[in-house]
Order: sequence, then C-alpha cells, then structure tokens
Amino acid sequence: MSTPTDTAVGASVDATARARDLLGVSRLTNQALTTWLHGLPGVDQVGCEARAASLGTRSIKTTSKQWAIDTAISMIDLTTLEGADTPGRVRGLAAKALVPDPSDLSTPRPAAVCVYGDMVTTAKQALGPDSGVKVAAVATAFPSGRASMAVKLADTRDAVKAGADEIDMVIDRGAFLAGDYLTVFNQIAEVKKACGDARLKVIMETGELVTYDNVRRASWLSMLAGGDFIKTSTGKVQPAATLPVTLIMLEAVRDWRDLTGDQVGVKPAGGIKTSKDAIKFLVTVSEVAGDDWLDNRWFRFGASSLLNDLLLQRQRLTTGAYSGASYIADDSPSTAY
Amino acid sequence: MPKFEYAPAPESTSVVDLETSYGLFINGEFVDGHGESFKSISPSSEEVLAEVSEATDADVDAAVKAARTAYTRVWSRMSGADRGKYLYRIARILQERAREFAVLESLDNGKPIKESRDVDIPLAAAHFFYNAGWADKLEYASLGANPRPHGVVGQVIPWNFPLLMLSWKIAPALATGNTVVLKPAETTPLTALLFAEVCQQADLPPGVVNIVTGAGATGQAIVDHPGIDKLAFTGSTGVGKMIARSIAGTRKKATLELGGKAANIVFDDAPIDQAVEGIVNGIFFNQGHVCCAGSRLLVQESVADEVTRRLKRRIGTLRVGDPLDKNTDIGAINSRAQLDRIIALTEAGESEGAERWDNGCELPSSGFWFRPTVFTGVTQTHRIAQEEIFGPVLSVLTFRTPQEAVAKANNTPYGLSAGIWTEKGSRILWMADQLKAGVVWANTFNKFDPTSPFGGYKESGYGREGGRHGLEPYVRTGA
Amino acid sequence: MARLDVKKTYKLYIGGKFPRSESGRSYEVYAAAKGKAQKGTFLANAAQGSRKDARDAVVAARAALPGWAGATAYNRGQVLYRVAEVMESRRPQLVQEVRDAEGLTAAAANSVVSQAIDRWVWYAGWSDKFVQVLGGLNPVAGPYFNISAAEPTGVVAVLAPQESSLLGLVSVIAPVIVSGNTCVVVTSAERPLPAITLAECLATSDVPGGVVNIITGRAAEIAPWLASHRDVNAIDLSGAAGADGVDWGALEEASADNLKRVLRPAGTGTAAVEPDWTDTPDLSRLQAFLETKTVWHPKGR
Repeated sequence: MSTPTDTAVGASVDATARARDLLGVSRLTNQALTTWLHGLPGVDQVGCEARAASLGTRSIKTTSKQWAIDTAISMIDLTTLEGADTPGRVRGLAAKALVPDPSDLSTPRPAAVCVYGDMVTTAKQALGPDSGVKVAAVATAFPSGRASMAVKLADTRDAVKAGADEIDMVIDRGAFLAGDYLTVFNQIAEVKKACGDARLKVIMETGELVTYDNVRRASWLSMLAGGDFIKTSTGKVQPAATLPVTLIMLEAVRDWRDLTGDQVGVKPAGGIKTSKDAIKFLVTVSEVAGDDWLDNRWFRFGASSLLNDLLLQRQRLTTGAYSGASYIADDSPSTAY
Repeated sequence: MPKFEYAPAPESTSVVDLETSYGLFINGEFVDGHGESFKSISPSSEEVLAEVSEATDADVDAAVKAARTAYTRVWSRMSGADRGKYLYRIARILQERAREFAVLESLDNGKPIKESRDVDIPLAAAHFFYNAGWADKLEYASLGANPRPHGVVGQVIPWNFPLLMLSWKIAPALATGNTVVLKPAETTPLTALLFAEVCQQADLPPGVVNIVTGAGATGQAIVDHPGIDKLAFTGSTGVGKMIARSIAGTRKKATLELGGKAANIVFDDAPIDQAVEGIVNGIFFNQGHVCCAGSRLLVQESVADEVTRRLKRRIGTLRVGDPLDKNTDIGAINSRAQLDRIIALTEAGESEGAERWDNGCELPSSGFWFRPTVFTGVTQTHRIAQEEIFGPVLSVLTFRTPQEAVAKANNTPYGLSAGIWTEKGSRILWMADQLKAGVVWANTFNKFDPTSPFGGYKESGYGREGGRHGLEPYVRTGA
Repeated sequence: MARLDVKKTYKLYIGGKFPRSESGRSYEVYAAAKGKAQKGTFLANAAQGSRKDARDAVVAARAALPGWAGATAYNRGQVLYRVAEVMESRRPQLVQEVRDAEGLTAAAANSVVSQAIDRWVWYAGWSDKFVQVLGGLNPVAGPYFNISAAEPTGVVAVLAPQESSLLGLVSVIAPVIVSGNTCVVVTSAERPLPAITLAECLATSDVPGGVVNIITGRAAEIAPWLASHRDVNAIDLSGAAGADGVDWGALEEASADNLKRVLRPAGTGTAAVEPDWTDTPDLSRLQAFLETKTVWHPKGR
C-alpha cells in the first residue's frame, strides 16, 4: 500500500505565512490564534459519544471484513516504545512487520514500525531498503515533551538523519492548556522544518487535553502548523485512542480539506486491541471523513497487540475455524503458555 | 463505489412465532371477535403477517364489562404493593422476550431493528419498571388528597411506536389501580397481542388488561362506551378533536397526545456536527413517524448554507432498506395510505416553490418507501411548514435573530416539542422559556425517558405521560 | 334634608379600562328579593356585554399575557396580595354589594368578604411555590439534565359563578391569574355588581390592564363565542351551574375545536352544581390552567 509519493507534502510551505493568510492577519500572534481556535464550533460531548456509539454498531459484509482486516493490518504502525527496548526486540518487531503471519504469506505488511530515535538505525537495517515498511521515530522528548526546543529539534534531526521516514512528535500540552497556542504552533512548525522529507505526525495526547473542544482546537492548530498527520496519543496516558476522539479528529481533517484543499492523516494510537475495534474505526473513517482516508497514507493505527488479533481473525476467515494464540508467531508473545 | 460494504445483517425472524390469526384478548383469554377479520401486513414487503379480528360494539362492550368486573372485584381491592409486583413481572418478561418483541415490531411496523431493539422495547420495559414502583407510593406523588383510580380506562394508541405507546398507556393506568381496554392501531396490532401473552405469563388477573383490535369504528366504540371512565389517546389532532367532542358534556376524562410540527432551531454558534446529528435524528428517527419530530429546521441565516451542506452530506450516508437489517437507518413507511399522504404533501411543497432534494438512494421494489428528503427555501406559509407530514421530510427555514426564531417556532397551532442548538447557556434558557412546547430539547433531540413528562401545548393535546406528572390523569383526588 | 348621593355607573372592565358595552346595551340589576317580595329593589343598570366585548377582551388578555406570564413569581404574588389590601380598604362597599346581591345578613356578608380577601392572600402565597411543588428534576437514565416546570396555559375564559357573586368570583379568578394566565370573565348575570367593584380593586392594585377582563351580562349570549374562540387556550365552566340557557356540554364541544383545556362545572352526569365556595380550596383549580414544560440538556465537559 505504500507508494513512492508517500513523503511529506508541503515541506517547503511556510506554515506561518499560510496561517497568516488563513487567519487573515498581518502578524501571527497568540491572540490571533486564540480568536481563530476559539471560533471553531463547540463539541457536545454527549452527542459526539452517541454518534460514535452508533457507528460502532455497523455490521459489515464478510468480503468487506476480509478487506477491512487486511486494510487495518496495512495501517498499523507496529510499535515498541519501552525503556527496555533492545536491538533484539526491535529486530524481532521488524521481522514481524516483514512476515506478520508465517503461516500465510499473503498477509499484508503493516505500514511502519515505530520506535525511539536511537533504534531507527537498527530498525532500518532489519527492514532493509525495499520492504515498503516505513520507520517511524518518536521525537521531541517523547512522551512528555518537557525539554528545550533545541533538544527537541536535535532529537528530530537525529532520527531523520538515521533514516526515519516519519517523525511522531508530541505537542507541548502544558503550553496548549495554558493558552499559549503560538508556542505550540511554532514548535510544530520548526519540527516540521527539521523533518525535511519525513512526514510529521503530531501527537496531541488527547487524554491530557481532556475535552473534545480541546481536541478539536489542537487538531486545527496542528494542521495549521503543518502536521501531515494528527495523532491521538503517546500510548503512555489513559485514555488513549477512543472512538469519539478519533471522530472529532476525522471531522477536523475533513473540514480542513474543505477549507484548504489539503489532506491530513489521522492516527489513533493506544488502546485499540481487537479487530472489532479496528473495524469500528474504519467504519467511522468511511462515514465521517470519507473513503479517501481509507488508505495507510491517510490513516494509521498506533498499536502492538492489535496486529495479532487481526491475524487471528484473518486466519478465522481463511480457515473457517477459530484460531488461538499458539498459531500466531510472535517474537514477544503476550501469553506465557 | 464505497470501499466498504455493509452486510445485510438481518435479525432472524425465527424468534417470532406468529399465529395465522388472532382473536381479541378479553378477560384474560383470546376470544373470537364478531367483526370481519383484517390483515396485518409487513410494510417492507407487503406480505401478510397475520389475520386479526375487528372488534364490534358488542366485543368492546364485553371488554369493558370484563374490565369493570376486574376493577371492582380484584384490582381496586388489591394492595398497591401487589399491583406493583404484577407490573414488575411484566417488565421482566418484556426484557426476557425483548428480541422477539423487537423483531415483531420491525416486521409489523417497518421500523429499523436498531430502533425497535435499542429504543422501543427497552423503553417499554422501563416504563413498566418505573410505574411499578409508584403503585404503593401514590400518596407521596403530590397528586392531591386521597388519590384513587377512575375505574375503567379506554386507551387508543397509534402505529408509530406500537409497544412503547402501549406501555406509556397501560403502565401508569395499572399502577394507579385502573383497569384497561386498549386498542392498538389497525396496521400494527401484533406486539399488543403478543403483550396479551405476557399478561397471561405474568398471571395478571383476567380483565385487568383487555386488548381489542380494529380500526376507527372500534376506537369510537371505546370512546362512546358509557362504562369508560377515562380515555387516553395518542394520534392525530383531527381524531383527538373528535374524541374531545364525543366526551363533551360527560364526566369522562381524557388525555390527548396529538400532532406536532416541531421547530429544531440551530444558531450560528451551535456545536455543528452534533447539531447535524440532531437534525438527522430529529426528522429521520422512525422514518419521521414521530409526533414530536423536528420537521421544521429553523437555521440562522448566517450559517444556513453551511448547515445545509453538512446536512446533505450526512443524509447521503443514511441507509434505507430492510427494517430487520441491523445496518438500516431508515425503514419502511408504515402503510400505503401514509406513503400517499407523504407524496401528496411533498408534491405540494414543490408546487409551492420550495426546493426539493433527496439522497437518491436505491429503494426496495416491494413495500412502502420514501427517501430522506429535504426542502430548502421553505417559508412559514408553505403547507410543508404548517402541516404534519409524519414522514422523512425536512423543511428548512431561516431566521435572523432569537426573537424571530421564537416567533416562527411558535407560529403553529401545535406545541409538542422544540429543539435548540447553541453553545450559549443563557440563550438556551431564554429560548426554552419562550417556546410554547411541552418538551424542549436543547443540544439534543428525540430523547425519551419514563421519568420525563411528555405532552403538548395548544393543539398538540393535553395531559402528560411519563414521570410523576403521568400519574395525574389516572387518579381522582379530593374528598 | 339628606344629601343626594352620587350613584355609580357600573361598566365593563377591559384592558384596564372601564368601557360601556360596545353594543350600548345595559340591563337592570335588582337586589335579591326579601321576604315575600317578588323582586328586590333596583340597584343599577349594568352594562350588557356582547360577543364583541368578549372579542375585545380576548385581544386585551392576549396582549397582557407576555408581560404578566413573564413577571416574576414574587411580583405576581405581591400584586395578588395588594388586591387583598385594596379590598380590605373597600370592605364596607363590598359588604353592602354582597348583601344586596345575595340577600345576606350583614354578618354573613362580612364573612363572605373576609373569605374573599383571604382567598387572594392564600393564592398570592402560591405564586412562587406551585412551580416547585409541581415540578422538578427528572432522574432520566442518561447523561442529561432534565427538568419539568409548570407554565401558564395562556388566555383563559372564565364563567363566574351565578350565586356567589364575590367569593365565588375571586375563587375562580385568583387561581387562573396567579400562575401568569390572563382571563376574560363573564360574571353572574343577576349579581354582577360586586364584580365591577372587584374590577375597581384590581385596577387600583397594580394588576396590569388586560390581565383580568370582566364582562357583565348573560353567559348564554357570550360564552359560546369564548368557547369557540381560537385565541382562547382554556375555559372554566364553573359558572355554567344555574346560568340561564347555558349548556356546558355544548360549550365543551365547541372548545374542542382548538383543544381548549376545559374545567368542567362541579356535579355529576350532565348536571352542573355550584360548589360551596367557603370550602378550603386545593391546588386543583390552579393546576387546571397549567402546562408542564420539560427541558432536556446533555451533561458533558
């Protein structure tokens, strides 16, 4: 599913100039950003959650299910982000990405492996040059984002230099919650410049933003500052990727494209563990943003255990029988028996 | 071509065990009626589901007599606690047989299974649970001194929420100590007849609930019967007025839940995506066969184009089709007659100059169907802005100021419900004060609950159903 | 020689003004007959209200509705209490008129006037309480704030009792207006004079013009127009009892045209009976002219 065009768009666009243009101001100030973001329509929590719940009740055709499972697999950013990560573990993850199911080689590969910046070289080597599987690196003092801008930029440049195809940055939630939108904007815009051709995913850590109004504002701010993707979470904070939060973000990218003509991707990350959940997300993508987003260029799942459940369901559809963990080859199996 | 295809995910009909014909439920058993039998068909396929008896005057008389006997000999002498226990039993059985009721309701009525399964049947059970608890607590309900039942209550219910309307009627009537003769609508009698079986399973004393099927003549026989002490009717304003005339000068009481032409008012600061959902839910829930449907969208002129654009995009994703399919959003129109009325009114809308749009979806070849339809450029003087269409047809009007929104919203003889969409709290409260409607939904729409009183102002009827207020019409008070 | 007193002209009370009937008609009002006399003494020529007077009164009542319904409950309570104060200050006149109208002894008439005054006080106190007593928060099964509150129905037509010319009259007006309704009252045909004196009390006690409109005359002539009037929201038929030529069933039937809320007269079957107005009232008359409005709002962050 990966394509050669799968590089960052508008890397050369001056985000500040575009923002001035969109906001209709001569100088981009925090006041201007505040006025703009606070002018976005509000989100009613109950209504939003009811809509998400109703999307979760859709039932899809068996043939569509096959397609949905393969699509979901191809959208996964297979992730390991532990202090205990070793080259061995990362190589294991990469091997899993290359051959997700040794019992069925027609199984598609995930979109990327997602690692800390110092593991990019290892991951790159393990995946080889032609696998089509990207390497995504978290950067900017992930997961808290509490570091100086110089450190965040150095973190980013290191990862890009090591060959990362994609950078998953975190926003400064403290600045966002303090109303210092300009700081958040500038950080994203600068990291974006540091990314070069690497695509930038902007992690908003929605679990810390708490309200859907904040999620909507952070989504628009991230897109305005040049993010190629908006991403829910680091996976280190609960709640992570919920369906209503993803719904809000899908509405944001849909409306952003209506406004600017530019398409931005969405990545829910953390907490999506089952095929059933993944299909609910895909239904939501289809009904809210539209089928243009049903592609791993525009939609990703940040996940680790999700892959194995998708493989179980895939085996179930292929063989007609329910499968079990013993039939899912895994370098870091979750069950001990 | 969408990448995703939803499966036909039909709910199995095997849970429903239909008889080929049904009698009347009088005095605890099914008996043959003396009138012609009529067919109840599935509006989604036009297949005959069962033959049903039409109750004659004599049959209604037998039902009223059974109810009277049950009232004087059993029900009025029973403790409130025991009455409550019977209602709890009924509630539990409805929950146990929920899937069966949901499938049958969707078959007979045409509504999508996700609504009968998630709304109609659970709420019906909830109404019995709620009222069960009141049965031995009536003196705490602030109803006045010495609350006591009227006696025999005649109840006539519509076809849009057959079992739910039955529960709205029967649960408070029994909780307060009345006995009941109920007539379901002629196009949707089957869940009421299945409910009769529930009464049998619950060992409800014979005659406490009697169910007589039939059309207008049967309903009139109930209204006119001298043995009826109180009437409760949900249906059209026209029939409601006939009932009010019929009982004028008598001592029969009446509760009337009638038509509506609700305004759903969207301000420029509304939570727009939820407002779009609320508009869709407001008019397309249950095919728009809802007396409180948000059939007039009043949208602030400054955001009218934006809201309409989003609305149409959303309506484009609605799925019309097999009511038993779990993915269906909009089911079948309940009857040929109702479909004809919807067609006639929408044609009037076009000829009066409103701009018509529908989502162009495919419709099944048999059965009664109507695409979700939006009229823009509608003004208050258009028939489609004044008359209740009772179908999936939305009229879009605009306003400039809150005052104008209120004036337009209230500019109708109806007064059942209204919707307000704005993020400004004080405006919500001001609007809610001004709107002449019995139910005001702010930043939501079409929500129902057994604890929440429902009923209209003006020609939308009188009396309330649900909550403590819903007990009032079923008791006498004072010395 | 005694001074020649100045007699009052009894007129209608519409929109806060005291007009004559637009029809120009009046009728003779006599005191209740005493002893063996066929007829009491002549009291006054009362205005004989017409359907057009009723029509004008409905317009006045409709116009007064937003202001009165929108007034604070505290304000309405004070206004009603003020009526009691003003009546107290006019007690001798009211007592005399009730004596004349109903043929009571001075002591009995005094008692009736006292009760009528007290009835205003009783209802005045309800103005800021009935909404609390009759409504409240509904514990719905979901994340919603849900509240029910009583509101006035609107314009109410009232057929005032034929017998009880003051206490009965107050007993039907006060529960209608305390909640914010406005009304058009057709008085007792034969005992209309206390009603007009009450109107003078209302006019001098901060009751806004149009909130209470009083028409003297024959209910049989006026009531059908009120019953069929589509801008009247409710009708109180209490005064049908003993009203010459009035068929309350026919009035109720006419009221169905716009689904008016109807308060039937007391009694059983088709009979209409005037209740004993000295009985302690309850909330039922007040409740008869209320609508319950339920408001939902989601609870979210």
